[in-house]
Amino acid sequence: MKQASLSRRNFLRVTTLAGGGMMLGFEMLAKALPETVADEVLFSPNAYLVIDPKGIVTLMAPNPEIGQGVKTALPMLLAEELDVDWQKVVVQQAPFDDSKFGNQSAGGSGAVRGRWESARKAGAVARQMLVTAAAQTWSVPESECYTENGFVIHKPSGKKLHYGQLTEKAALLPVPEDVKLKDPKDFTIIGKRVRNVDNKAIITGKPLFGIDTRREGMLFTMVKRPPAFGKKLKSYDDSATLKVPGVKKVVRWKDVVAVLATSTWAAKKGRDALKTEWEDAGPLESTPDHDAAFRKLIYTEAEKPVREDGDAKKALANAKKVLESVYEVPVLSHAPMEPINFFADVRDGKAELYGPTQVPGRCRTDVAKALGIPEENVTLGLPRHGGAFGRKLRSDNAVEAAMISSIAQAPVQLLWTREDDMQGDFYRPSSVFRYRAAIDENNEVNGWYLIAAALNSGRPSIADNFPAGVIPNYRNDAHNLQSNIPTGPWRAPTHNAVAFAEQCFLDEIAYELKKDPVAFRLELLEKAKTPYGNINFNIPRFRSVIELAAKMSNWGVQTPGRYKGFAAYFSFHTYVAEVAEVSVEKGKLKVHKIYAAVHCGQVVNLSGAENQVQGGILDGLGHAWHSALTFDKGAVKENNFHTYKLMRMDDAPPEVEVQFVPSNDPPTGLGEPALPPAPAAVCNAIFAATGKRIRKLPFGPELA
Amino acid sequence: MASFNLQINNRQYTVDVEPDTPLLWVLRDELNLVGTKYGCGIAQCGACTVLMNDNAVRSCSLPVSAVGNNKITTIEGLSENGDHPVQQAWDEADVPQCGYCQSGQILSAVALLKRKPQPTDEDINAAMTNICRCGTYIRIRKAIHLAAQKGGKV
Repeated sequence: MKQASLSRRNFLRVTTLAGGGMMLGFEMLAKALPETVADEVLFSPNAYLVIDPKGIVTLMAPNPEIGQGVKTALPMLLAEELDVDWQKVVVQQAPFDDSKFGNQSAGGSGAVRGRWESARKAGAVARQMLVTAAAQTWSVPESECYTENGFVIHKPSGKKLHYGQLTEKAALLPVPEDVKLKDPKDFTIIGKRVRNVDNKAIITGKPLFGIDTRREGMLFTMVKRPPAFGKKLKSYDDSATLKVPGVKKVVRWKDVVAVLATSTWAAKKGRDALKTEWEDAGPLESTPDHDAAFRKLIYTEAEKPVREDGDAKKALANAKKVLESVYEVPVLSHAPMEPINFFADVRDGKAELYGPTQVPGRCRTDVAKALGIPEENVTLGLPRHGGAFGRKLRSDNAVEAAMISSIAQAPVQLLWTREDDMQGDFYRPSSVFRYRAAIDENNEVNGWYLIAAALNSGRPSIADNFPAGVIPNYRNDAHNLQSNIPTGPWRAPTHNAVAFAEQCFLDEIAYELKKDPVAFRLELLEKAKTPYGNINFNIPRFRSVIELAAKMSNWGVQTPGRYKGFAAYFSFHTYVAEVAEVSVEKGKLKVHKIYAAVHCGQVVNLSGAENQVQGGILDGLGHAWHSALTFDKGAVKENNFHTYKLMRMDDAPPEVEVQFVPSNDPPTGLGEPALPPAPAAVCNAIFAATGKRIRKLPFGPELA
Repeated sequence: MASFNLQINNRQYTVDVEPDTPLLWVLRDELNLVGTKYGCGIAQCGACTVLMNDNAVRSCSLPVSAVGNNKITTIEGLSENGDHPVQQAWDEADVPQCGYCQSGQILSAVALLKRKPQPTDEDINAAMTNICRCGTYIRIRKAIHLAAQKGGKV
């Protein structure tokens, strides 16, 4: 029998340890509970939920909240099956403890997907035990009892007990292995509009984020790092730094010099006063070098294609007409609004860490390894993130903070400036796509050859993307351009680049064939029913979003002065079709409205889901419009928001209408999939408005 | 170091800091008012927005020595119970994703509504220059209109 009870004292211990004293939800709970009952029994059949004798239900949000809404959506799954009043639950960020909570990462649009079954089961188990406890109390069959809003009700007599009244009894019951989950038609929470559980704390400025960490004796820490990729630290002189009031220590770790001070400003002034000498440690690369290398690579056949059906080269050679286009996208920085930071207190062979990571498990491993201590000596608290977008899939920030704390023998709050962040990122790789399509005598596309190249990327293109499987002669080559510029996953990795190229090229083909872009896609999808090679997309789902977006936007009917563009794309098992409505006057683009049709299985939180789709679209559009990061001899040229431009209010479309294809299938990803098609939908609309094809991002400078 | 008397959220504070310290870091590091956020340090992103009298200012680029007797309002002091009409509108429209930029956005919106109680979309475009990396602009716009409907007392 597993233990289903927890004393209040234990619970206090567990949660305060885990949260490092920063868990506001816990403070609320502590206030709500009478203080005289330290040993009263709390009902906790699993790590995800606790019910106290007053009936206060505390739900754990196991994965890091990075703005994707899981701190709200995952507890909704628990609450649905537990049958409690959502307005009355207390939601807490769970401590990092993968022995209890399994995979606690945030990435790959996978949290809701991965926990769809297990989170609902955790709630259902508790509900089942509460029903058993009530039935035993009343000596009635369980089948005569049901639950509603935190009560067990005996149907024939109308007797009811709230969950709190059942905790003591339920805590003694065995935890059932098998429980029945609700029929989706009985959902009262899942699929509804639920507000972000942290809204109140956010709009009143509560200390939710890693950067807000404050501890006794903590020193504010800034670092000076190499000014370019390919440089390393030769020497430094900290004599001026140590004279800056408030500066306490200067330490070196590898190529980083850290200044520890009693305030951020003192740390910054101390860093500014630091004299450093750098030396070359590798090639100093510039963006024009990458561009030139790309130009060669896309005209080079790979030894081994990443996918090949039929004979694309032959089809191109025999084609009636060949369409060829080259698309380019730049390097991007993640630039989450909250700059890189981490708190670390390393002493006596133990490390206490608190800060933003998307991968707590890997973070703990990396920190333990760097410090040379066992993993169990590392504790890690999970704050809310001020955005992540993939940046915190690596734990360089945590390791750096831990090493500085260890060397300086002081608790540190490491903070990078925005310039540090943009110069010290691992970036969305720049990439180039050369497409060729063979049009045969029947005006059909019978050949397709993509050669892609990307900077330091293991996946320059996506081998099985649509229309692979639809074209009889299909080939995709992919080249990696080796570089010492670090690159890595950025929201919807690879998809965020290839979707633009592929969906614009499809539009070019449709135009050439004098076919409507929507009808053309549907025609290709129809052909996928008898595929060439494997297909990895779901035809009915793909079709459903294409048709819905066309319907929503009144596709084919022109609004005077406005022009439409279409794109449809799938990633993370979710299908999104988007229509952009734009006008271009004197080189000035206005995006009036975007329509988005989404198939993501069951929607969990309608408000959060809509927010993710709208935000994903604006994220994709904003970067495609304005953003590019370039290098000059290894140094980043755009190092803050005055030169690295992001979308602001005046460019945001005033409306993004979102509709979800109704579905009770298990949820698929939603944090990323709305982003990839947005740039193409807008660029295709720009073509409709101006006749100008955008083949290079960002397109802002191209339009001017 | 020098001593400065500051009026923040209707309270008097005395801080002993370097005169060139940006108000942002005085708020965050000296007074533990961490709702005001650091985002860029060069008055570009607006995460550090506070009200000086009734105007939105970027506290990362305002030295504490320049504050003088002006009244500063941070997100913590906008309302007693977090129920200022703009805060309410932000919750009702369910604006936040990551939430990091929102205290700055809210204070920019408050300043706008003080000047123009019924702002047009163009007014919003001109006044709301804060960056939201999550792209919640559609809901920010909606929340500002919602707050305007709530009328008057902003």
